[in-house]
Amino acid sequence: MNARALNLLGLGLVGAIGVAFLVLIPRLFELDVVLELTVYMIMAILALSLALIWGYGGILCFGQSAFFGLGAYTYAIAMFNIGESTVPLLLAIVLPAVFAALLGYFMFYGRISDVYLGVITLTVTLILFNSVNSTAGPEFRIGSARLGGFNGIPGIPPLNLPGNRALPIDLEGMFYLATVSLLLTYFGLRLLLASRFGRIIVGIRENERRAELLGYDPRAYKLATFTIGGALAGFAGCLFANWGNFVSPTIFGLAQSAQIIIWVIVGGRGTLIGPIVGCIGIQWLTTALGANQPSGGSDWWAKVFANVPLVLGIILIAFVLLVPKGLVPTLGDLGQWLLSSRGKRAETRLEPKQAEEG
Amino acid sequence: MAAPLLQTRDLSMHFGGVRAVRHVDFSLAEGELRCLIGPNGAGKSTFFKMLTGQLQPTHGQVLFRGLEISHAHAHEIARLGIGIKTQVPSVFDGLSVRENIWLAASRIHSRMQTKRIVDEMLERVGLTEAATRLVGQLAHGQRQWVELGLVLSTDPELILLDEPAAGMTHEEVLKTAELVREINRTKALIVVEHDMQFIRMIAQQVTVFNQGSVLIEDTVESIMRNPQVRDIYLGKQAAA
Repeated sequence: MNARALNLLGLGLVGAIGVAFLVLIPRLFELDVVLELTVYMIMAILALSLALIWGYGGILCFGQSAFFGLGAYTYAIAMFNIGESTVPLLLAIVLPAVFAALLGYFMFYGRISDVYLGVITLTVTLILFNSVNSTAGPEFRIGSARLGGFNGIPGIPPLNLPGNRALPIDLEGMFYLATVSLLLTYFGLRLLLASRFGRIIVGIRENERRAELLGYDPRAYKLATFTIGGALAGFAGCLFANWGNFVSPTIFGLAQSAQIIIWVIVGGRGTLIGPIVGCIGIQWLTTALGANQPSGGSDWWAKVFANVPLVLGIILIAFVLLVPKGLVPTLGDLGQWLLSSRGKRAETRLEPKQAEEG
Repeated sequence: MAAPLLQTRDLSMHFGGVRAVRHVDFSLAEGELRCLIGPNGAGKSTFFKMLTGQLQPTHGQVLFRGLEISHAHAHEIARLGIGIKTQVPSVFDGLSVRENIWLAASRIHSRMQTKRIVDEMLERVGLTEAATRLVGQLAHGQRQWVELGLVLSTDPELILLDEPAAGMTHEEVLKTAELVREINRTKALIVVEHDMQFIRMIAQQVTVFNQGSVLIEDTVESIMRNPQVRDIYLGKQAAA
């Protein structure tokens, strides 16, 4: 089977699984499970935004949560002021994108090196965390929306059908919206990466100097990639604010920023399906571990396993040391190795027969 | 006399106290093939980096078709029509040979044309068989060919080759010399090389660099007879 057919098969498989998921989940499970899966879908879109800019664009952004949080806050604030969700939704995409473009302009055109890029993006999200965290007083308001500081913004009105505020989207509707959005994001990114633009950003990741000497301006391509990533993260943030009807500054925090990186490392850079798998897997694990809080007399290992950050840290270190390429690329390598070794065995079996014939 | 294709005036590059290139006045005519020789550290690679925008000269000018490019960005210079094959092959290691050539060809050709151009280029540099292999897995000689293919695919007016024959087998050197002569039918070239055999196969005019300056410019024959050049360059090599 050639690479093209394999590629199409993969796409078909993802599509089929996606549609089956979409149709079956609400029919098979109770609402609490559907609600849980909804947030996985939303976070998977966030994971895809980093998969694009880090996995394909080679830009290590430690502050993807900045755009995610901005999207969530923008939606919340705009919603309290406007009341109808079409414009707030668009704003929640456009504003983080503009913010990413501005930040990216100074970083890429200022020729900031990779390590400092990570430091700057992390600092930006922590600055946002601190700023929003200290807006608890009643004087901090934008229009009719109170920022609420560390208390966050509760009771955010949900999305409604475009143009009709009388028809809000219910919880099951959110599941459909999040899942369809994830599928569209996935296929959209596949299209983008197969385009000329996508191939050039991968070339720049591979060898920036060479791309430059061939006449491509890496700064412009990185800026465009970073902006698209910011827009996607903002969109995910908007959905997230909808999911819980609540947003608080922890969305900008270190734990949130680190998680996104872990999803991509575990799932595998340079793939799209990897970070989705990594994101869903890690979140499922986090929920499962958190649900089993040990009582006072439990064994020490029960306490260790209930310590979610510790377990996540161990997983991260294990992956960096043992599976540095991440889950999906490593499984791909394994599959290829199995296929080729079987092919070799078949060849060796053929040899004596050919000799007889000769 | 027609205006030169490439000209440098008083071009200098200092790294702290080290003066890697000093007051170089260099001129190359349209369609010319020139070889640069000189011992290691003579400033040849630094000179190339200034011509392609990878380094900004400390002072002096670079003019390409009369246009000042001394402080232009590398990608702008590439778009004006200067291509470079670097000393250590600079290629896209994680991509296949075809994807490498595609990236270069795609910069100047439409989508429909690109496929044809890539096939032709793969044939021309003898990599059709290896088209689907990752460049990172190829032998050094083949990576040199990939890089040459990249440069040729962007169809530059002036091509800089930094030691194109280094690390190649004798057959590959012959093939490279033939390709260089073929390229020179339509393009101007500057070739940095140590291998005098190779130089005699391709060039008439040679410029000798020493300690950052141009020592002498002459035909291959007179350069090879020049005792001064023997002293600083060939003599040293023979002694080593």
